[in-house]
Amino acid sequence: MNRLLLNKIVITLSTLAALIGISFLLWILITLSIRGYHSIDWHIFTTDLVNNGLRNVIIGQFILAGIATVIGVPVGMMAGIYLREYGINSKFSMIVRNLSDVMMSAPSIVIGIFVYGIFVVPFGGFNGWAGVIALAILMIPIVVSTTDSMLSLVPQELREAGIALGASKAQVIYKIVLSAAKIGLITGVLLAFARVIGETAPLLFTSANNNFFSFGLSNQYPSLTVSIYHLALFPSQTSQNLAWAGSAILTLLVLFINLITRFIFKPRKQK
Amino acid sequence: MKLAIQTKDFSFTYPKTKEATLKGINIPIYANKVTALIGPSGCGKSTLLRSCNRIHDVYPGNLYDGEILLYDNNGEKAENILQYKKENDLINLRQRIGMIFQKPTPFPMSIKDNITYGLKLSGIKNKTELLDRAEIALKGAALWEEVKDRLNNSAMGLSGGQQQRLCIARAVALKPQVLLFDEPTSALDPISTASIEELISELKNELTVLIVTHNMQQASRISDYTGFMYLGDLVEYDVTETIFLNPKEKKTEDYITGRFG
Ligand SMILES: Nc1ncnc2c1ncn2[C@@H]1O[C@H](COP(=O)(O)OP(=O)(O)OP(=O)(O)O)[C@@H](O)[C@H]1O
Ligand SMILES: [Mg+2]
Repeated sequence: MNRLLLNKIVITLSTLAALIGISFLLWILITLSIRGYHSIDWHIFTTDLVNNGLRNVIIGQFILAGIATVIGVPVGMMAGIYLREYGINSKFSMIVRNLSDVMMSAPSIVIGIFVYGIFVVPFGGFNGWAGVIALAILMIPIVVSTTDSMLSLVPQELREAGIALGASKAQVIYKIVLSAAKIGLITGVLLAFARVIGETAPLLFTSANNNFFSFGLSNQYPSLTVSIYHLALFPSQTSQNLAWAGSAILTLLVLFINLITRFIFKPRKQK
Repeated sequence: MKLAIQTKDFSFTYPKTKEATLKGINIPIYANKVTALIGPSGCGKSTLLRSCNRIHDVYPGNLYDGEILLYDNNGEKAENILQYKKENDLINLRQRIGMIFQKPTPFPMSIKDNITYGLKLSGIKNKTELLDRAEIALKGAALWEEVKDRLNNSAMGLSGGQQQRLCIARAVALKPQVLLFDEPTSALDPISTASIEELISELKNELTVLIVTHNMQQASRISDYTGFMYLGDLVEYDVTETIFLNPKEKKTEDYITGRFG
């Protein structure tokens, strides 16, 4: 009797908790959809911020995150490969692994401030490269950790089988192990990209913002997230609408990347 | 009779273990014969097998002692493979001594690329030669008929038995002197097991086989010589028939009659 009652209480409580969680999520999505729907029209995608459009900031966001990926992925992957394949039990790699884990949970604004001190102040002001570096720093530990754990899923016998056929260690890693872990590694990259594309804090006082379309990363650089931040604070209906539109676009984008990731990962699970 | 391998007072110690895992093993492996290693779990069969191609060296800190002599094709000149230090020597060694694992280990690439992988490593670049050697190897492993229409498909799509035969073909393609098998059929169904046993019996025309098995019937069916190991010692070694019908040691008899192990 007692146990049944307890059971019922626990089920009720956890269902309630789940409902609360989901309803907040739905609330956000619905609000974003409604507000976004009313604010989004074609001209947002064809004009720049200076003309109340979002073209330059969306493209800017992609460029910042894209270059950060080009820097962060090779560095993170090579570090992950080192940790798993070369230094697996060494003290050094244990320290690196722990530091990387700590970095992963470091608040992104801290990284923003760090980059501000190192790459903004000494270079005479906000610039796009500083934003790129901040995003790359944010990305590296994520890539290190997914690479490390994806490589750990590759069975040891596969490495031994390569060695037993006369391959060198490097050949085994680059031809066999990486290709066995390929899907997991791609997923890791996509998730890391999805993580940084929605970041505001690391960009706020590194690349700052720019009202115009620009490829010049040595100057202030446009980004969607920082624009949303400024637009939302600005007391005008146009700006606020634009902020809603930007938020809806950003949410869809991140949702889309996550869906792709699931889609890629699926065939492997079925096996 | 020609020798392929001969160990002399061979001892082996894993890192961070006080006692040697293999203690002064002397075993001859005759060329173009099948030699089986039997013994209870943990007695050191895999450890001995894995010493023959120095695959232990993938992990640091192992201690080899004594000699493992690898003879040339005429069974005359021999080299102590434990003296090899350079990676190149080890790579050459592994091209002369191939290895098949318990679980099939196809590489995540096409069937064709699986076979040609080792060949390319050994320096063969000519496309037609690669394809020819692949075909011969697949025929040799009785796999050709089943895969000839899908050589470019992923090897991961093959059944377990087919994957194991692919791994054998992959090793055979390099024309090694010796093939090491570590319980190659323990993860397979009876029909796949039978086809692999048949394959091993045919392989001895071209090379030497050393096989670890837990299956007494398998050992008696396919091997010419058998070594019985116990707690890191080679207790008894003889012609397979003698080991199974007239063992000299009581331990051997107890083991093969299933009284322990
Ligand atoms: N990497 C290792 N480090 C330390 N000890 C090990 C290692 N691998 C194996 N051993 C020990 O060495 C001994 C022999 O192991 P081995 O794998 O050679 O046995 P085996 O005869 O092949 O057994 P099985 O029939 O179960 O495969 C065992 O006691 C085992 O615990
Ligand atoms: Mg074993």
